[in-house]
Amino acid sequence: MSITENTDVVVANETGAGPLFDAEEERYARAQKIEAVARWVVPMVVLSLTIWLWDRVVVWNEIPHYVLPGPGLVLSTLFEDRVTLFQSLLVTLQITFMALTVAILGGVGLAVLFTQSKFAEMSFSPFAVILQVTPIVSIAPLIFIYVESRLVGLLLCAWIVAFFPILANTTLGLKSADHNLRDLMNIYKATRWQRLRFLQLPSALPYFLGGLRIAGGLALIGAVVAEYVAGTGGIGSGLAFRILEAGYRLNIPRMFAALLLIALTGVVIFATTSLISHLALRKWHESAVKRE
Amino acid sequence: MTAHDRTIPSLGQRDPVLRIQEVDKTFNGGVVALRRLSLTVNQGDFISLLGPSGCGKSTALRLIAGLMRPTLGRILWEGGQGSDDLGVVFQEPTLMPWATVAQNVWLPFRLRGKSFNSVKDKIMEALALVGLEKFAGSYPRELSGGMKMRVSIARALVTNPRLILMDEPFAALDEITRQKLNDDLLSLKARTGATVIFVTHSVFESVFLSDRILVMAARPGRIIKEIQVDAPYPRGIEWRTSAEYARIARETSDTLHSTLEPGEAH
Repeated sequence: MSITENTDVVVANETGAGPLFDAEEERYARAQKIEAVARWVVPMVVLSLTIWLWDRVVVWNEIPHYVLPGPGLVLSTLFEDRVTLFQSLLVTLQITFMALTVAILGGVGLAVLFTQSKFAEMSFSPFAVILQVTPIVSIAPLIFIYVESRLVGLLLCAWIVAFFPILANTTLGLKSADHNLRDLMNIYKATRWQRLRFLQLPSALPYFLGGLRIAGGLALIGAVVAEYVAGTGGIGSGLAFRILEAGYRLNIPRMFAALLLIALTGVVIFATTSLISHLALRKWHESAVKRE
Repeated sequence: MTAHDRTIPSLGQRDPVLRIQEVDKTFNGGVVALRRLSLTVNQGDFISLLGPSGCGKSTALRLIAGLMRPTLGRILWEGGQGSDDLGVVFQEPTLMPWATVAQNVWLPFRLRGKSFNSVKDKIMEALALVGLEKFAGSYPRELSGGMKMRVSIARALVTNPRLILMDEPFAALDEITRQKLNDDLLSLKARTGATVIFVTHSVFESVFLSDRILVMAARPGRIIKEIQVDAPYPRGIEWRTSAEYARIARETSDTLHSTLEPGEAH
């Protein structure tokens, strides 16, 4: 910045007529404003361009719709098959949310048990790890042999995939309570329950919510994968079954439509868990607090 | 009895609160943290434990707080009760970040099963004592370091405990905030009649605040001298600049340095 520029600014401020900040600050403020708009506009533009390009590639190369349908055809199929597809979506959503609910209860419950009892942790954590590291596609066929009910089998698969991040994160959170606050609890003769309620659970909340964001997506993946393995159709079939079915019939547009629904569901789940996390933490936690 | 009703008897006629008798603390591995620590704490005392790092002053505080057991010796509470009537201030403010200032101060009551509304007056009174009644609904992250420390002090005071333990509470603050908090702590003590054990490694802080300075030495941790400070409370800038203050600070400093081995950094 040159000397003349500096004097300009000083004069402007003294007369009270000019801007209140100097040229550099003004540039910074402008950059901030542009970034705020760009945060929404850029992804929209790129996404639209990608879809347009997809459409053009299909048209220009005259690709038949049973190889790659254009975006327009996918949308119209989504509309035409809406009754079938949305019924399947409801089934997948039901399994996903039931599995997530059980994963939250089981994950948090086990985490609390682990922090309350060393023996419980020693006894059960190997099982938790084994369940986590074994690929669900390889356990699922067994589950469907032993479990009579299709719904329970699907739930079990989705739960196995979803519960571990909640268990691992919540356990870590419960253990990372501030050590001085733990001393304070000892000094005030807090009971085990009070310590859990007033110190450990609030300390674990940000960790739990981080786990929930991962588990939400995993529950959906678990539900879809389990259904692939379960295979058999009939009434009450989810989106994965629709994809398989459409594949056998070479109804590729419907495959894409079902895929689109799954992807959208995943995005909505992630956005919802992120929102819950933000609302719960915005008052006090570093991750959610707005800073100047 | 509210916090304001207590009168402070002059030295000599005070009732004992706590007797520490010949306490040894040896850690696993044989490190002797404290040897033959004896101390009687009287109602209304302001005692400083002053010493270099490793002299066991924090260990002494943790023993009194009941966070550790002595290896040898006894800690006797007058009236037979245990250490369940304590206030504690740590070096960090140690506030719950998810709770408001008022909720943080509520904690000692909450752990005794008291609802917020039943002790709301006491909470607001404690916050008023530290000058933070306007911040009752704020979260700790919205406060400065000094203000957080005040909340921590309010939490220690709120139950009007028999004894308040302070473990280098102002060590992490800047000098200006620290002096202000020293002044405020003394006016708090004057108003509440609290009994305080204050751990510090600052000679000047101990001389300014306390009526008894226990100078400690390291390896093994022990009390080597007790220095009485007879200046009357309330103390202010006059005391900080008086000849008597300088003399006691000199005496304390000399005692402290006599314990250090040659070449040892302070």
